Amino acid sequence: MGDAKTSYQGRIHLLQKELMGQYYDALTAAAAGGGAPAAYMLISGNPVELVRAFGMLPVYPEVNALQIAVKKQALPYILKAEELGYSVDNCAYVKADIGLYFSGRQAPFGTIPEPGLILCNYVGCNVYLNWFEHLHEYTQAEIFPLDIPFVRDPSAPRREDLEYVVAQLRELIAVCERITGKPLDWEYLRHICALSARTGELWAQIKHLTKHVPCPLDAYFDAVTLMGPLYCLRGTEDGLRFFEEAYREVKERTELGLGPLPEERYRFVIEGPPPWPYLRVFRDLFSRWGAVAVASTYSTVGGLWEFGFAHDPDHPLESIARHMLFWNLTNRDLLRRYEQIRRYVQEWNADALIIHSVKSCRLFSAGQGDMREYFTKELGVPTLLVESDLEDPRYFSEAQMRNRIDAFFESLEHRKLVGAGARP
Amino acid sequence: MRYAAGVDVGSTQTKAVILNEDRQIVGRGLQDTGANVTLAAERTFAATLRQAGLDREEVLYVVGTGYGRFRVTFGNAQITEISCHAKGAVSFFPQTRTVIDMGGQDAKGIKIGPGGEVADFAMNDKCAAGTGRFLGNAADTLGLSLDEIGPLSLRGTLPVRLSTVCTVFVESDIMAYLAQGKRVEDILAGVHSAIAARTISLVRRVGLEPEITFTGGVSRNIGMVRALEEKLGGSINVSPEAHYMGALGAALFALERTLHLAPEMSLEVASG
Repeated sequence: MGDAKTSYQGRIHLLQKELMGQYYDALTAAAAGGGAPAAYMLISGNPVELVRAFGMLPVYPEVNALQIAVKKQALPYILKAEELGYSVDNCAYVKADIGLYFSGRQAPFGTIPEPGLILCNYVGCNVYLNWFEHLHEYTQAEIFPLDIPFVRDPSAPRREDLEYVVAQLRELIAVCERITGKPLDWEYLRHICALSARTGELWAQIKHLTKHVPCPLDAYFDAVTLMGPLYCLRGTEDGLRFFEEAYREVKERTELGLGPLPEERYRFVIEGPPPWPYLRVFRDLFSRWGAVAVASTYSTVGGLWEFGFAHDPDHPLESIARHMLFWNLTNRDLLRRYEQIRRYVQEWNADALIIHSVKSCRLFSAGQGDMREYFTKELGVPTLLVESDLEDPRYFSEAQMRNRIDAFFESLEHRKLVGAGARP
Repeated sequence: MRYAAGVDVGSTQTKAVILNEDRQIVGRGLQDTGANVTLAAERTFAATLRQAGLDREEVLYVVGTGYGRFRVTFGNAQITEISCHAKGAVSFFPQTRTVIDMGGQDAKGIKIGPGGEVADFAMNDKCAAGTGRFLGNAADTLGLSLDEIGPLSLRGTLPVRLSTVCTVFVESDIMAYLAQGKRVEDILAGVHSAIAARTISLVRRVGLEPEITFTGGVSRNIGMVRALEEKLGGSINVSPEAHYMGALGAALFALERTLHLAPEMSLEVASG
């Protein structure tokens, strides 16, 4: 075990900083008045293509909340929401965002504009539905709830579900036309979908490159860097350029045999979002052991491109509906989540599974005890379940986290030694 | 003769053990950890050296374990107490398949693999409910010492049902039972039973395969041993060194590294 810390930054990280900076500058400019109306959306299977076709600015309260947490600024916003009466146990993303709203929408990285449309593309989480209802209540902005049926068929979305969602998208188009005062330009929507298709394809190819040994980029700690552009810039030329650059860099690293650490000793798959307020600390707890994430479920919350999804410029509404219904992590049942992780472990050749359970998200944490059982007992995959929070720094105890992670890798180390014929 | 040591800096107490190359315990030490963790480690180790009649230089390798393991500034390596408790438990009871470790602030279940290694583990999360601290608070509320409560609990005939295993709220629960005129013995029987139930449900996450070995400071409490046995419906292993098990496991790792032994070769300890 060394004290190797990750120093890899690369062009991806620099370009991401630049583009996300521009994105927040655009939001700040919009907040100052004039400009295009902002459409608030949720990440899971987001229909950003449609919003963009009307020239509206996509705003993701989840992305704002996590950016605040990464900058270690979450607690004052969370406390503000708790002062308003939000429970300690409530989703901390919700509280950070509500706290932000009542702090004049002033984030450390920019000002968030008032919503022109609250597009509640609710997928998989009922708390999120209430979150957007509250935002509607506070802002009095128009709310459009999209009702996305939970996937009931493991192989494909049902025809009637697709039709149901497409019909709602047509209603949404009418709302956007009224808000922006212009009719939908179908050609432009097709163009945006083509950009998204190409972006998704590159993202998928990057995901498949992480099957290589050594893994060219950390599919969790580095992959999250790519998620901001994937949601905020998907369907734009800038977004596509970012993913072209990212793919080139990862491909080049693959060919050169470079990984994020000096030595790759363990390959793991990880489930659950990162503890954003302690992202660096959390990453280093794995880096110390030479452990690299080769796949993560969290990076598929917005969409599951690596398993075959692509937007279809010839059928824009239907492909957006497919994305929302079927091709994202959160609208899938637990068995589909198991299957996804099992494929990662096997096809990405991982040694272990790490589950990071989120204290303030009971919805997604609920089945993780069973998930741990399934992978350890049924499949014999060494699995570690740790718990903290994605946003609330009060739930992260470094000593406790380190103890669990160290003990887990000590046992993997022992197995490696014994498996290799008891080399001292 | 060559020597190696393990220093276990726990949340409440710091323990140290020195082994000779025949795996015999030649010294042991115990002190409250207090606020200065590094000092506690140094003092405990110094006292253990004195007890063993050894000079510092004679101990070739020191492994630090426990929450304060990175503060054992004189240590050659750090290993978690999970690995160390497993190591220590298996050295005393080679058939151990499950370790229950209860310390001051945490409770753990460790599943032992066929080679004596840690196969899996589960721990309480950021809450001291059902740990040594809970028992300490219960004892304080009743004006008793930690050593008294175990034997007293065995005299309980009608254990009370605690509504909480919260280390903070246990006090008001106990006060309420005292106000109702419940016997101290029955309250203590309820306290031990509640913790045993919570611990077993924690350990079930990794499976409860026999033999089961109980380690950590709380294993000195006979009331807890019996409460666990009653709920498990069978006997559990408790070594007289149970309190030192983490330090002992650390010393065994240290010895292996000094002597360059393969991991599975040093699983038997002769207690000297």
